[in-house]
Amino acid sequence: MKRGYFGPFGGRFVPETLIPALMELEDAYYASARDRAFQQEFKALARDYIGRPTPLYFAKRLTAHLGGAKVYLKREDLTHTGAHKINNALGQALLAKKMGKSRLIAETGAGQHGVATATGAALLGLECAIYMGSVDMRRQALNVFRMKLLGAQVREVSTGSRTLKDSINEALRDWTTNVRNTHYVLGTVFGPHPFPSMVRDFQSVIGREARAQILRAEGRLPDHLVACVGGGSNAMGLFNAFLKDNVRMTGVEAGGKGIESGEHAARFAGGQIGVFQGAKSYLLQDEVGNVLGTHSVSAGLDYASVGPEHAFLRETGRVRYTYATDEEALEAFGLLSRLEGIIPALESAHALAEAVKLAPTLSAGKLIIVNLSGRGDKDVQEVARIKGVEL
Amino acid sequence: MALRIKRRFDRLREEGGKAFIPYIMCGDPTLEKTGELVGLLEEAGADCIELGVPFSDPLADGPVIQAAGARALEAGVNLRVVIDFVRMIRKKTELPLVLMTYYNPVFRYGEEAFAADAAGAGVDGVIIPDLPVDEASGLMKSAKRHALDTIFLAAPTSGEDRLKKVARASRGFIYFVSITGITGARLELDSRLAGSVSKLKEFSGGKPVAVGFGVSTPEEAAAVASLADAVIVGSAIVKKAASGTTGELADYLKKLRAAIR
Repeated sequence: MKRGYFGPFGGRFVPETLIPALMELEDAYYASARDRAFQQEFKALARDYIGRPTPLYFAKRLTAHLGGAKVYLKREDLTHTGAHKINNALGQALLAKKMGKSRLIAETGAGQHGVATATGAALLGLECAIYMGSVDMRRQALNVFRMKLLGAQVREVSTGSRTLKDSINEALRDWTTNVRNTHYVLGTVFGPHPFPSMVRDFQSVIGREARAQILRAEGRLPDHLVACVGGGSNAMGLFNAFLKDNVRMTGVEAGGKGIESGEHAARFAGGQIGVFQGAKSYLLQDEVGNVLGTHSVSAGLDYASVGPEHAFLRETGRVRYTYATDEEALEAFGLLSRLEGIIPALESAHALAEAVKLAPTLSAGKLIIVNLSGRGDKDVQEVARIKGVEL
Repeated sequence: MALRIKRRFDRLREEGGKAFIPYIMCGDPTLEKTGELVGLLEEAGADCIELGVPFSDPLADGPVIQAAGARALEAGVNLRVVIDFVRMIRKKTELPLVLMTYYNPVFRYGEEAFAADAAGAGVDGVIIPDLPVDEASGLMKSAKRHALDTIFLAAPTSGEDRLKKVARASRGFIYFVSITGITGARLELDSRLAGSVSKLKEFSGGKPVAVGFGVSTPEEAAAVASLADAVIVGSAIVKKAASGTTGELADYLKKLRAAIR
């Protein structure tokens, strides 16, 4: 396989100005993977600062309610800052510091990756600027303020659809301009090589832990893994440790208002292969190659393309991809809150919505692990707005 | 026919002149207006015209060209329309014409079909800012088959290995990006620029080196012309074309032309 590619997907489609920085990053990343001191420092931070390992929790009341397979939740919502994003952001921040960069930039959709990057920057004493679409700033106002509290500058992006993809454009423009002192902390398994591999590796702690935990709890591997897929970093993080096992996996995209409505972010259900923001993968685009607007109730899944490794795993048939609509996600959001006392992120609620469909079709002896990638505090205001509740 | 670019640079070399390459966004705000601009640029002494193809996510462009692209998209312009437009104006001009497009529209069109159709319509070359040499082997093959020049970009961050790679792969001319930044940013005329350009010339094997991004005033154009074989001016022209009168634009183009020698 060509370096930086997953089958025909991936690559490094960025302006020449950034190529040397990506080569430098690739070298630094592979060196850090072999650097025992770096790994020890990262591991210690993961334990003492992020709060790893996160629990694998058996959702007893949800299981009883669904009446089928046992549902376990991998509790990434319990990490410091409240989502899996911190695993990658802290890893990259540490790497940037080692590379001698003084400034971090990042894009953010739901705000979780922005908060995580701002946190890493504060911890390591680096300057930080976060790009966020104005639409997302409205629906994730709480996270905007959190980033500011953490000392980051939040830059409003009001071009294009004013959501995640436009924030990535702006972050790439910033990086192109300030590449000599700045590291771009890309938040998902997307973009130019080495980001898809590097982010997967920083996130794969999720699956490594889950694998050991389920073996301890049940004495065997799970039958099913379920995770939501925006760019796809929490899903790759969970799936990676199980790829060689006889375990079924499902990635859940944002079905928005339904595929036929055209208002969704289901790249596999509604897109074709394209090249966008550095990588070749599935893309929601029109017939002449312009990128289409997307819709999802969840800002973190509201993105026109998807990680190239997911495209590859879909092509080989290793992972099944489906989608959950806004309505299904909101229902699952309420269900988990009431039955388990856990308010999930709207992103994670998409994975739960799939588990709600899947569990009853399986016998009681089967095991499902759902990646609860983040907590829902950030979404409470938006859900209230959707329900017409005034706070 | 890619020979147009070569012939033009050969002639300039004989005469000891430097090339003036203006950039305009095709279809901003209408194709009719772009047609008029092409005439105006030719009259002003342009040696080659870069025609921008609008794209939904122009990540190498600054605010001026982003806005121009948005207007062109609004007018329904896309890669196919731009190729048709070139076919039409080819009847009136023999000026070298180069497309500047992002990669996804070309990928969606199909590299082979794109090269065939573009060359057939009279396009001489193509510049794709988000397609580095390493990812371009397919397009290069198709482009070569149809005699369409592939012009790659070299950057201030490029080391010697990269400069060599870009120089080797480029046909027609090599595009040196003067700044680490996006189109329309401020040019920094420093010794670093001179150093990079002379390094690139060392590796170019005689291929012309054009410098662009950030060239705005006639003084900057003159300074860049003293280093390179060609000067590319984009955002400054696009801005003036969108806001000023035709007379003001013609006057500005005349000054630029006079400065590039």
